[in-house]
Amino acid sequence: MSVAQAIAQNSTPLLEMRGISKSFPGVKALDSVDIALYPGTVTALIGENGAGKSTLVKILTGIYQPDGGEIIVEGEPVHFASAEAAIRNGITAIHQETVLFDELSVAENIFLGHAPRNRLGLINWGGMNARAAALLTSIDAPVSPYMRLKDLSIAQRHLVAIARALSVEARVVIMDEPTAALSYKEVEDLFRIIERLKRQGKAILFISHKFDEVYQIAERFAVFRDGRSIGAGLLAQTSQDEIVRMMVGRSVDHVFPKFDVAIGNTVLKVSGYSHPTEFNDISFELRRGEILGLYGLVGAGRSEFCQSLFGITHPSAGSLELEGRLIEIRSPADAVAAGIVYVPEERSRHGVVLQMPIFQNFTMATLGRTTRAGFLREAEEFALARRYAERLDLRAAALSVPVGTLSGGNQQKVVIGKWLAARPKVIILDEPTKGIDIGSKAAVHAFMSELAGEGLSVLMVSSELPEVLGMSDRVLVMREGRMAGIWKREELDAETLVRAATGNP
Amino acid sequence: MSTLAAEKRPPRHIPDKLSTPAGRLLGSWETLLAAVAIAIFTANSLASPHFLDPWNLSDATYNFTEKAMIAFAMTLLIISGEIDLSVAAIIALASTAMGAAAQAGFQTPALVGIGLSVGLLCGAFNGLLVARFGLPSIVVTIGTMSLFRGIAQIVLGDQAYGGYPSSFAWFGQGYMSDFPWWPTIPGFEVVTFEMVAFVVFALLFGILLHRTTFGRWIYAIGNNAFAAQFSGIPVQRTKFILFLLTGLMSGVAAVCLTSRLGSTRHTIAVGWELEAITMAVLGGVSILGGSGSIPGVVLAAIVMGLVTFGLGLLNVPGIIMSIFIGLLLIVVIALPIVVRRIRSRTPA
Repeated sequence: MSVAQAIAQNSTPLLEMRGISKSFPGVKALDSVDIALYPGTVTALIGENGAGKSTLVKILTGIYQPDGGEIIVEGEPVHFASAEAAIRNGITAIHQETVLFDELSVAENIFLGHAPRNRLGLINWGGMNARAAALLTSIDAPVSPYMRLKDLSIAQRHLVAIARALSVEARVVIMDEPTAALSYKEVEDLFRIIERLKRQGKAILFISHKFDEVYQIAERFAVFRDGRSIGAGLLAQTSQDEIVRMMVGRSVDHVFPKFDVAIGNTVLKVSGYSHPTEFNDISFELRRGEILGLYGLVGAGRSEFCQSLFGITHPSAGSLELEGRLIEIRSPADAVAAGIVYVPEERSRHGVVLQMPIFQNFTMATLGRTTRAGFLREAEEFALARRYAERLDLRAAALSVPVGTLSGGNQQKVVIGKWLAARPKVIILDEPTKGIDIGSKAAVHAFMSELAGEGLSVLMVSSELPEVLGMSDRVLVMREGRMAGIWKREELDAETLVRAATGNP
Repeated sequence: MSTLAAEKRPPRHIPDKLSTPAGRLLGSWETLLAAVAIAIFTANSLASPHFLDPWNLSDATYNFTEKAMIAFAMTLLIISGEIDLSVAAIIALASTAMGAAAQAGFQTPALVGIGLSVGLLCGAFNGLLVARFGLPSIVVTIGTMSLFRGIAQIVLGDQAYGGYPSSFAWFGQGYMSDFPWWPTIPGFEVVTFEMVAFVVFALLFGILLHRTTFGRWIYAIGNNAFAAQFSGIPVQRTKFILFLLTGLMSGVAAVCLTSRLGSTRHTIAVGWELEAITMAVLGGVSILGGSGSIPGVVLAAIVMGLVTFGLGLLNVPGIIMSIFIGLLLIVVIALPIVVRRIRSRTPA
């Protein structure tokens, strides 16, 4: 409570947005929303995918211009005509997928666009590297300013992005799902940095789908739903259930909707699957109606293994039996024909074609169903897309708008719908709820259960323990490319899985 | 359990499309190009009394028909995210092969077969290097551009092949009224064989790109080759076929052009690769891949043909014509972008 009291005393916002509205063709993304950020305080912005969080961030950073409303910094109304103007006003953002430059050094990445210069107007390399080193030290980043960015891990890149954000004398720091790609320990490190920023009096806007993180790091919250402000206040005075209710407009059961499904015969039998570098000797059986969780640390070779089942990469040894028949999968087309489909982890890179219309994405993998002799039949395409859009409760302005206009959760629905249209026997879901809000998450989980109930076999790669424990009939754990074991649902507990995945006795 | 899925509300209605067909047509690139074509046509007919003469107009179509045939195939290739800079060199090689065959006494059907085969082989070579070995197409085709024309130059030196059989002249010089089965509609006796071929190829490529599974694959690959691959689309095979098709159409253009000129030099069709690409880009094809249409390229071909012909009637030298085409390209591409910028600046 002491933090909350401190905030109550210091109640002048550093930055305020009042009555902000923004429309896109067919969608009202923001409808007169308000939010206030206070110095030395973390404000969590909470909302489902499509609630308008990203639009708000883009307005705050000068990328979008609002249709109405005002932004007030320290009592003065301001107008951000460009991203540069926002930076000049001390507003800086660390985005979900940070844009950095692989071939440049860490220092160059940090100071790109505002490098210190010498008397001749040339870049002051010594000064730049020294300042970069100081910034990196100030956030305890174990990174040298001289390293090439491409040699860094994802977590290290994140630290560089934070250093970059701090290099511009920021007063307001926006963090858009900063923990999405980080491990548990890396999240702890990030939170230490955030605490330090708080002490320096910076106002922080923290966007995350993870409630435990929000409660751990933030003092204030603001909830958006369907482009409107629903509620705001102090987290210490608000329960998680209340916030969830504000988010979805109804209560969501936190229990994972895993139904009991009659497990049938073996559908897929994998024997001794190996790859020269990524995985070795993977064997298991997947049954009808079963959800098999695939757990492991990032880099354990889970995605690579799944992609070999789907024909993207090729195994060096091992065999595959589908319903008792030996099959060989040389390409994704082979896999689809056999009835194995794959929902990839990197949705916008591998899952959807962002520029193409929703209905064309739905039919992309199964054009044979809506064509005759190779000729497209648009009416049938719309009908097929509509069927799956309705089944998955897709939220879109029209079926002919580009998939890129949808929120992440709705894009994932398109990917899943695309594969359901292929009438698969086995569906591989690679981190199916990564970066998706709690409402869509529950919907995806319920849907997964429903599919298993219809007799589909599900192979679910996940790094989230609650999801693995809640949804799986059995769990296969991979460690450094090898199988660490398979556990049945009744034998499962978090400790066992983490020990198996990390190799700690 | 009250999960979202379990609540089973009635599904939300999502419309198929937001705008009306008329609204989409009005704001389209093709409409803009059609307006430009009409404006140039009107300006030409006012500027020169000879412009509206049917035989003149018919001859004017030669300005674009052969290049457009390549541009159609190039359009598909560019939409898929690749490019072929060797098309004009393929014409030179195919034409040289036909010239050599004609010297050796081969007759028209064999010559056409040789021209098309050389085109296909060259396209297969490009396609193999790009699709099979994963080399960037711009590098591959810069290389084969020198390679193919280099072979033609070695074979021909400063010489020229001539002496094509008289029946070979049909393709590049024939009028449809020469054909016994062409219906005698008054006014249509001036239509050239090449013009008919242009229309037929426009329809074929339009159907292929806009109405078939293969065409959809081209767009998917050009927009996101990874997602296309992850959807089971045979990305490399599709690209190979597109290079094959571009080679074949270069062979077709080689037959028409050689037939029209009646001789082959190693400098035949120099610079045509850029004109074909210009046609595609002017027609609204994104040079980055992923978008564009055949109707747009048809209109762009007609616009470029009209400009060249109109300026020719006014005795404007060739270099001024290329300056004009270059400016046209920049203006037509910049205009919609500038308009959009200005619109988005005014408050809603």
